[in-house]
Amino acid sequence: MKLQRITALVGKDIKKLLREPALLFLLILFPIMLTLVFGFSFGAIGGAQQTTFQIGIVNMNAENLYPQYAQNFIANLTSVQMLKIQVYSDNETAQLDLVQGKIQAVLIIPEDFGESCHAFQAAPNDPAKWINITIPLYLDSGSMLATQAIPSVIQQILATTIYGNQQAVFPQPIHLVPSLVGVSKRTAFDYMAPGLFAYASIFLTITVAQSFTSDRENGMLRRINTTPTTATEFMISQAFSNMIIGVIQAILIFVTAYALGFRPEVEASSMMLAFVMMLIFSLCNVGFGLITATLAKSSSAATGIAFIFILPQMFLGTFVGAALSSIAQVAGHFVPSYYVTDAFTSLLLRKASITSPTVLLDLATTSFSSLTVLAFGVLLFRKYGKA
Amino acid sequence: MGKPIIIVKNLVKKFEDVTAVDNLSLQIAKGELFGLLGPNGAGKTTTINVLRGLLKPTSGLVIINGLDVQREAAKVKELIGVCPQDTPVYNYLTGRENAELFGNLYGVPEEKLKDEVDALLRRIGLAGDADRRVGQYSGGMKRRLSLVMALVHDPEIAFLDEPTVGMDPQSRHAIWDLILDLKKRGKTIVLTTHYMEEAENICDRVGVIDHGKLIALGSPAELIRQYESKNLEEVFIRLTGRKIREDA
Repeated sequence: MKLQRITALVGKDIKKLLREPALLFLLILFPIMLTLVFGFSFGAIGGAQQTTFQIGIVNMNAENLYPQYAQNFIANLTSVQMLKIQVYSDNETAQLDLVQGKIQAVLIIPEDFGESCHAFQAAPNDPAKWINITIPLYLDSGSMLATQAIPSVIQQILATTIYGNQQAVFPQPIHLVPSLVGVSKRTAFDYMAPGLFAYASIFLTITVAQSFTSDRENGMLRRINTTPTTATEFMISQAFSNMIIGVIQAILIFVTAYALGFRPEVEASSMMLAFVMMLIFSLCNVGFGLITATLAKSSSAATGIAFIFILPQMFLGTFVGAALSSIAQVAGHFVPSYYVTDAFTSLLLRKASITSPTVLLDLATTSFSSLTVLAFGVLLFRKYGKA
Repeated sequence: MGKPIIIVKNLVKKFEDVTAVDNLSLQIAKGELFGLLGPNGAGKTTTINVLRGLLKPTSGLVIINGLDVQREAAKVKELIGVCPQDTPVYNYLTGRENAELFGNLYGVPEEKLKDEVDALLRRIGLAGDADRRVGQYSGGMKRRLSLVMALVHDPEIAFLDEPTVGMDPQSRHAIWDLILDLKKRGKTIVLTTHYMEEAENICDRVGVIDHGKLIALGSPAELIRQYESKNLEEVFIRLTGRKIREDA
């Protein structure tokens, strides 16, 4: 194997990427545009804009004993920048506004809230003397952000109201989970960003298929076959070229997403692993590209056939999948892009370490499936695709 | 004839029920400029494709420089340069980049490559356009570049499949000069052509193929004498019963 041949072929492919407008659009500009569009539509540009939630409060404790606790609680909630508090005189009106989407949650402060707080203040170390109550919180089930962010914020404010700065265990079924407060800063775009990486890479299938079919059509594959270049050298050069493109895509998407406010709090090792996943996943798309090139009789037919492999990966394995039915989400487990997106979500949003079982399983599955698809693609093309 | 560098023995190539090459045997000497003539579909390109190891023969043997083309294809590929009929070039690369790419594929040392490419491009009249993308080249320029790509590694044997087809007289003469220069340097050249005057002017010997069979073999002068003709074109008409360009 001669490195000179591989580097020459890789250089040729990179020049192709930079000089062919259609290719440049599909592989570089399209992912950036997609990220920009999604960032503008669902995100917080530059991080300056903060998500706010409209919360309706019905205070049933106003006319009962110890009303100052409820007043403090409401004051504390009002002081939180991300919450816009609207006080309702009755539950029905608040529920109506919730159903109509005017507000995203309704919090009912019960009649005995003041008594419960007072009882706790009188005997903080004697649970037997406490008055246990529940605070109903109705959430807009249609809002992913509201359901995830609002409960944790309210729990934290409630704990501060009752306990002050003490790190106590809240005595009700609602538990304080301070780490979840971070979730509230996220936008819908943040949840989509991990899927964008796999989404962009999937389109390598088209370009690989077109490259092989057009080289076959114009006799270039035959011509290269008359040089001492071996099939292995040629395939390695293809794999390298597309891995480089995969990493360029990942960097550009990350930079664009970052500019739009995507701020994953991750360590360098997690970022490194994410890029390694992209490298591996690009091999999978080279494999699908080769299978497509084998099936396609011409480069124009290759584009259509490539979508047989692109669509399932796109719909079942990227950010699109989160909005699909439960059956489709189960089906997602059968496409490689699902594991890339899952790993990116774990690393970038869930702050999972690179040694966490989920991430390692995703890495192993992506590697196995990508190498299998690549090997199958190479064998198929060598046997039936060169003619 | 000197020591043979190409030996073809009883070569047969069939595509399903069509016999493209029918029991062809010939020898080509080292340093010889050999022309393969015949109408379209006669089996010239198929013969060249078998000689360069691209097609597996149905039966028969091809030996190049003592190497069996089928068994020792990798070694044979290092000896040969091929200029195919269909002019495959990368349109998004410049002329120089195309030539350098093939130089790298043939393993030409980096320090020699640039000089080789520059010399060939200059020789063939493409130096002024070397840094333009090939997509902007005319058909004739692409053919000339294709020849540079085939010769960039200074091969011992060059297979040139219709290298001057569709070219203006000036470009054709530039190609002839290059081919004759190769011959002067002791290279072996196998040339297929539709142009009888081309074969007559530059080839040492020609072989006429029709329906996959070798129907005549000799130097142009010998064939003209043997068939009592004024030129090679007349020889061709006598042999095949038709003008070569009628089929072209």
